[in-house]
Amino acid sequence: MSIQRIVGLLLMLFSTSMLTPIIVGAVYSDSTWQSFLFSFAITIIIGFVAWYPVKEIKKELKLRDGFMVVALFWVVLGSFGAIPFFYANETDMSITDSIFESISGLTTTGATVITGLDYLPKSILYYRQQLQWLGGMGIIVLAVAILPMLGVGGMQLYKAETPGPIKDNKLTPRITETAKALWYVYLSFTIICALSYYLAGMNAFDALSHSFSTVAIGGFSTHDTSIGYFDNNAIEIIAIIFMFIAGVNFSLHFFAWQNKNLTHYLQDHEFRTYFKIILILSIIVIALLYRFDNQNHQNFITGLFHAVSIATTTGFTTSDFATWPGALPILLILASFIGGSAGSTAGGIKVIRILLIYKQAVREIKRLVHPNAEIPVKVGREPVSNRVVDAVWGFFSIYLIVFAFMLLAMMITGLDHTTAFSAVAATINNLGPGLGEISSGFSNVPEGAKWIAIAGMLLGRLEIFTLLVLITPTFWRH
Amino acid sequence: MKILILGAGQVGSSAAEQLSREESNDVTVVDNRADILDELQDRLDIRTVCGHASHPDVIKKAGGEDSDIVIALTDSDETNMLACQIASTIFDINTKIARIRSAAYMHSKNLFTKDAIPVDVRLSPEKLVCEHIEQLIQYPGALQVLEFGNGQAKLVAAKVSHEGLLVGQKISALKEHIPNTEGRIAAIYRDGQPLLPDGDTIIRADDEVFFIAAKKDIRAFMTEMRKIESPVRRVLIAGGGHIGVRLASALEKTNQVKIIEHDPVRAKLISEKLDDSIVLVGDASDQELLSEEDVDNVDVFCSLTNSEEANILSAMLAKKMGAKKVISLLKRPSYADLVEAGTIDIAISPKEITISSLLAYIRGGDVVKVHSLRRGAAEAIEAIAHEEKGKSAVVGKTIDNINLPQGCSIITIVRGTEVIIAHHDTVIEKDDHVILFVTDKSKIADLEEIFRKA
Repeated sequence: MSIQRIVGLLLMLFSTSMLTPIIVGAVYSDSTWQSFLFSFAITIIIGFVAWYPVKEIKKELKLRDGFMVVALFWVVLGSFGAIPFFYANETDMSITDSIFESISGLTTTGATVITGLDYLPKSILYYRQQLQWLGGMGIIVLAVAILPMLGVGGMQLYKAETPGPIKDNKLTPRITETAKALWYVYLSFTIICALSYYLAGMNAFDALSHSFSTVAIGGFSTHDTSIGYFDNNAIEIIAIIFMFIAGVNFSLHFFAWQNKNLTHYLQDHEFRTYFKIILILSIIVIALLYRFDNQNHQNFITGLFHAVSIATTTGFTTSDFATWPGALPILLILASFIGGSAGSTAGGIKVIRILLIYKQAVREIKRLVHPNAEIPVKVGREPVSNRVVDAVWGFFSIYLIVFAFMLLAMMITGLDHTTAFSAVAATINNLGPGLGEISSGFSNVPEGAKWIAIAGMLLGRLEIFTLLVLITPTFWRH
Repeated sequence: MKILILGAGQVGSSAAEQLSREESNDVTVVDNRADILDELQDRLDIRTVCGHASHPDVIKKAGGEDSDIVIALTDSDETNMLACQIASTIFDINTKIARIRSAAYMHSKNLFTKDAIPVDVRLSPEKLVCEHIEQLIQYPGALQVLEFGNGQAKLVAAKVSHEGLLVGQKISALKEHIPNTEGRIAAIYRDGQPLLPDGDTIIRADDEVFFIAAKKDIRAFMTEMRKIESPVRRVLIAGGGHIGVRLASALEKTNQVKIIEHDPVRAKLISEKLDDSIVLVGDASDQELLSEEDVDNVDVFCSLTNSEEANILSAMLAKKMGAKKVISLLKRPSYADLVEAGTIDIAISPKEITISSLLAYIRGGDVVKVHSLRRGAAEAIEAIAHEEKGKSAVVGKTIDNINLPQGCSIITIVRGTEVIIAHHDTVIEKDDHVILFVTDKSKIADLEEIFRKA
């Protein structure tokens, strides 16, 4: 009951996000306002109907309910977010395609089934970017920030939605304040990013739209050729910087902002590892590009751009990296498995987990040499409890199992090996672009593969367990 | 208010729970047991920091620099004192509260001053529990006694028995039974559920009635609820710990006190400390010993050992053997619920008593006293009505016209030496002590606001 109340409430909150595209539409005199108004009406009415009969029930949310609300909400929201795509005449999309586009937006994946973005009405384009922006920091974190009545339940929702293995380090004593702080940081980056794009030469609409999908590590663009459309080094460098920033744990940004001090970053071992991974990857990509591909004289920036874009799971492109020589395409796709830091807007397994798995492997090696030694797993100088290490291993194995099953399922729908592999990686890591048939989008893959991709995107965004726990008997046996 | 709680033990956790429920408080809890903090963080909207409570870097991490209050509630007196010292010296925190158990510290003069160990408020659970039991012994039949307006008005909880004069009658009949007294029934708990009484409510046997009255009228009210009990003469205390000894020395001049202690060495020590009490060496659950010491003639049996299970069992045994009233010290509130329905008359929770007095200090300002009633289901608050430049949200108004938050009601006013029972047309005057009943704790902050503006 309290679940129904909260989902209803959140749905009403979400419905207001369909009003801004109407304003955008008015500015650019699009004819799409009806479909947005219609979607808004449906969403708010259904939200109200769900909320009204149970509005007086104020039972505290338990941890179990938190999973339920978050999973339910992402699924419900993805579906309601699809309504404008489905109803707008200009897009002419099936239900599957609409839901795919909506979920891809909210989960900050950035895979698209639309071709001919450049000819779509501005309001629809804006709506896609906005979906990514809302999904980036987490729409539930936003709800926690502005709906104080969630109370302690807010913590349960926050825990179920925020990525990363250690979720108990609140920035402030109150969860509402923590959520607000995160959104303030997020909002500030978005504004700075939009201004930088604008100054580098984008028009106001593109600057705002791309800042949304950059800071959210989304990857949606308003052009078919993504950032490549602008063919502008300054824009690419700005994108690189903000993608990198958005892949850092937002708690670090918060502390830096609060203490007016940047040393926090260097003291944080996840950040250092994240930085090293991106650096080494960029060097390899650039070196291989120089060695094997001499047609493009912007190898340096192109290499750096793709290394950052794919490793942070953003998915912006300036050229078709699927056709790059040698190991490059697969190398980049594999990098997206690592993804960004915990507590960032990026997807993937997260750097901290990879770091812990590596440390655990080192520990096993040391144990072989010194069988009686007591060797803690440490990040920096802080020992990590075995409970966390276990959870990381559990996560890692379930990630691989889910990946394998989805890969097989994709191939059953008729995709070839490369396409299927990259399609699963692109969705479960919330990356976006893939190889083979999907290098220019998911528009040509079979219906079934699209649904598998939708599931993959949700699993990836909610870090698998939040969704998976709902289908286990343990969860329901109470 | 930013509150830093050091120590997540029973009192620390409870204090965090109560304080974080009020929206205006930001609570951070420090402890060195990560598992307890995890559990706490799951339940409450607070921040937790794992580490040693008196280490400066831990306090810094817990936001010591902009905290307003530090409450040191760890198990160690020394850690608590040191933490307050550090909070004062390094972080310049304004209010420092510490739990200090050891009487040796409490009694030393000039120790807790600004330039020695700056602890503003020292909580001694033993002292508080002791005072609580003394009150109960002073008013036989009472389950809880709270003082307001410097002790002029008292709020008493009592269980109604069949012999009570008011049983089966409406509350309005009270006026005819005992004219010329000022007092009223503030709340009734029936089968564990609160009931908001009005003049037509009929009192039944086994109701738990909270009434407030002037000090001199308490006895008259008590006879309305239950058969008058003769004043306590003989007290038997089981457990010669700090609380037991303290209680014995407080009561031994007016009552006949016996105290049972199982450790011969300790028994010898306390027998030297006490003047008129009889110290018995033995086990409090030893039937032979109890019957030899005439437990059937005892007015009050208090089991105050460190083991709550032993307290329950020895109290049950004493009751069965004929003790008139048994009081038992219990740490867990769930046990209190269990046993109070059965053979044990009163369960005393040091945790609850400590928290009551802790909250009173924190809420400070014009709210001078906050008491949790019977396991925290409701609170009674005493606030002073001030007036500033003729402006006030309460002074000069009738009770009807005061905009109180929901779930709050004014029950009594103490004006000078007079206790006035609040009616809807009573006008509040400057410097009145207003006593309120609050059933919804989240409203306490609003209430403070009303009286602060005053």
